[in-house]
Amino acid sequence: MANETQTGGRSVDIGHAAKDALLAGLIALGLFGVFIGLQTVQDISNRLVLKVRPEALAVIVGIIVVGRFLLNVFVWGREPSHKAAVASPSGGLLGMFKRLCFLVGVVVTLVAVVDIGFRLAGGALPNMPISPPGTMGLGSIILIEAVAALFGVVLIAFGQNMTERAAALLGPAGIGFLAAFPIIAILGAGWGGSLKWIDNFGIQILIYVMLGWGLNIVVGLAGLLDLGYVAFYAVGAYSYALLAKEFGLSFWILLPLAGILSAFWGIILGFPVLRLRGDYLAIVTLAFGEIIRMVLVNWVDFSGGYAGISGIPRPTLFGIPFNATDEGFAARFGLEFSPIYRTIFLYYLILCLALLTAFVTVRMRRMPVGRAWEALREDEIACRSLGINTTNTKLTAFALGAMFGGFAGSFFSARQGFISPESFTFIESAQILAIVVLGGMGSLYGVVIAAVVLVGGFEIMRELDFLKQIFGNDFDPALYRGLIFGASMVVIMLWKPRGLISTRTPTAFLKERKTVSGDLVKEGHG
Amino acid sequence: MTEPLLSIRGVKTYYGKIIALKGVDLDVNEGEIVTLIGANGAGKSTLMMTIFGSPRAREGKIVYQGSDISRMPTHEIARMRIAQSPEGRRIFPRMSVMENLQMGAAINDFAHMDEDLKRVFDLFPRLKERINQRGGTLSGGEQQMLAIARALMSRPKLLLLDEPSLGLAPLVVKLIFDAIRDLNRTEGLSVFLVEQNAFHALKLAHRGYVMVNGVITMSGSGKELLERPEVRAAYLEGGRH
Repeated sequence: MANETQTGGRSVDIGHAAKDALLAGLIALGLFGVFIGLQTVQDISNRLVLKVRPEALAVIVGIIVVGRFLLNVFVWGREPSHKAAVASPSGGLLGMFKRLCFLVGVVVTLVAVVDIGFRLAGGALPNMPISPPGTMGLGSIILIEAVAALFGVVLIAFGQNMTERAAALLGPAGIGFLAAFPIIAILGAGWGGSLKWIDNFGIQILIYVMLGWGLNIVVGLAGLLDLGYVAFYAVGAYSYALLAKEFGLSFWILLPLAGILSAFWGIILGFPVLRLRGDYLAIVTLAFGEIIRMVLVNWVDFSGGYAGISGIPRPTLFGIPFNATDEGFAARFGLEFSPIYRTIFLYYLILCLALLTAFVTVRMRRMPVGRAWEALREDEIACRSLGINTTNTKLTAFALGAMFGGFAGSFFSARQGFISPESFTFIESAQILAIVVLGGMGSLYGVVIAAVVLVGGFEIMRELDFLKQIFGNDFDPALYRGLIFGASMVVIMLWKPRGLISTRTPTAFLKERKTVSGDLVKEGHG
Repeated sequence: MTEPLLSIRGVKTYYGKIIALKGVDLDVNEGEIVTLIGANGAGKSTLMMTIFGSPRAREGKIVYQGSDISRMPTHEIARMRIAQSPEGRRIFPRMSVMENLQMGAAINDFAHMDEDLKRVFDLFPRLKERINQRGGTLSGGEQQMLAIARALMSRPKLLLLDEPSLGLAPLVVKLIFDAIRDLNRTEGLSVFLVEQNAFHALKLAHRGYVMVNGVITMSGSGKELLERPEVRAAYLEGGRH
């Protein structure tokens, strides 16, 4: 095996791949030689002079050579065995994970390599601002990025060789990663820098994961298209804010109370829409969301109108507040005061709430009522003729979905300390719905992936400073968030029209767990 | 004579202002297979759905085991041990065969799940092979078997079947009709069968009714109806396999 490597039962010709990559590099050199290798700049006396940029050219060509080589080895060379892998009974989650690993691996590797390249090239070019903004030196940044690039390559290889058994460990591994995330963030970015990662990424994404999981009960399982989900989020948020300020009740009492109030509003919405389905249901729920918001805007005595409510009490750790006083968390435990303790506490709080939502959903799906939700989504008339009370089934779905929205809402207002109707506009409902639909209706993993991509993607746009070096200093990636958000939705819908994870796992098995993946079996065959 | 299991008297059903059933009288006795034949649009499926309360009969009475069910909600009618394999089968396509069967057993609170599973698998062994497959990936015949098996999971006394032979190959139709005959003979299950396939249906049934434009025009034993020239002319000639 001097010249060949065995990947997935089929050998790949490394020599051929290398030749092909070199050829692609030559073509790239010819194409980019002028465009990237040469640059016109104005000198002191305002004359245009040509500048040679061999480093930038080398980086671009290098990316193409490496990328082409990787594609040859891992994708094109494996075509036949790749097909074999599809034909073998593999769960949708596994297939999804393989593709995701590949995609993330390629993106991470490319981004890291491009950034390294531009930093290196930038160092030699005075007009190309290299800006390691922090205190880190260029060397350590490049080292981190090299590790990231390596991680990307490992991820690609790992994804390609993933097995069914390893896929079953994804859930626990994911929870483990989430539990360790604040520690990783602190180790990676230091005390000061980690705040942004835990708050903007961790908590923000988890709120949307939880909302996605809550809405998933209504839309994904029961098949009731709800465009006004944010109303329950608002009910939860205002319940906590008003009751905490007026009566001084603690977060831990108000959290379940906010959930109950939201569930109550879920049932109130449920009754009039019992007979509606599809488009009509969507319009009425949309109107419901707007009604709640308009009431909050106009009933100034109650909700403060547009001004909102500020100074909402923060949650405490069983009575210990997170502040700088002697009674505060830091002082009690002999630590130096830092806002990060509260952030970490909030992170674990929303993590627990989100996991509770997932746990309840998983359990409900195995219970008669959960199965009735799914049957209702499939065929309402058949459901009724099997003796299912569709009224109760729909109302439980609305109530339970709304309850989790209410939990998330009260967490949101406790975290922000300030709420106003601005936070509960239709676009929020749309975004939560987009997370559920893009993730794949009914799939918990799908919701997580979609939330990370959509919400995390929004946040990451702020971080992509190196894009400035490609598109110029006026380029602000954050301004293109909407465009990229929309484009990514279109791409996902073209690529996977039924959402990222469209395969549904059955909840009941006869004796042993032996799934024959349905979409691979020919109709009427065997 | 004992009271029939299901007795329909003067039932009129409307879709908005359009009258679909113009006063139908029909009986199903205990342990009997009764078939209703008729052309497309005669109102056969409407009658079957009216028994289940959707749409509701605007006039008339539907009495099942001595109680009037014509005003009951659909899901409560199902709880009276009437099961239905509806037109177009209406299985749950994204749920597995097993889950479909579980849905059928929901009204029993899954009390005799294992026993009932064995019973339907004895009847349709093919379903056992497909147990963890999604309903939507089954063939038409298998879907029909699943629809009947799902209905049987609720341990009904009366089984309503709406065109079980629709779009199926003759061999599969025979298999399904044999299964219905078996159920009737061994368990005494009463069956009300709506069919286009008049020849097979009348041969299987003890008694039959012919419906034209929302009215029952003829009734009698299956054999009698098969021999009636009007029936032969309208439903059998040229249509026999």
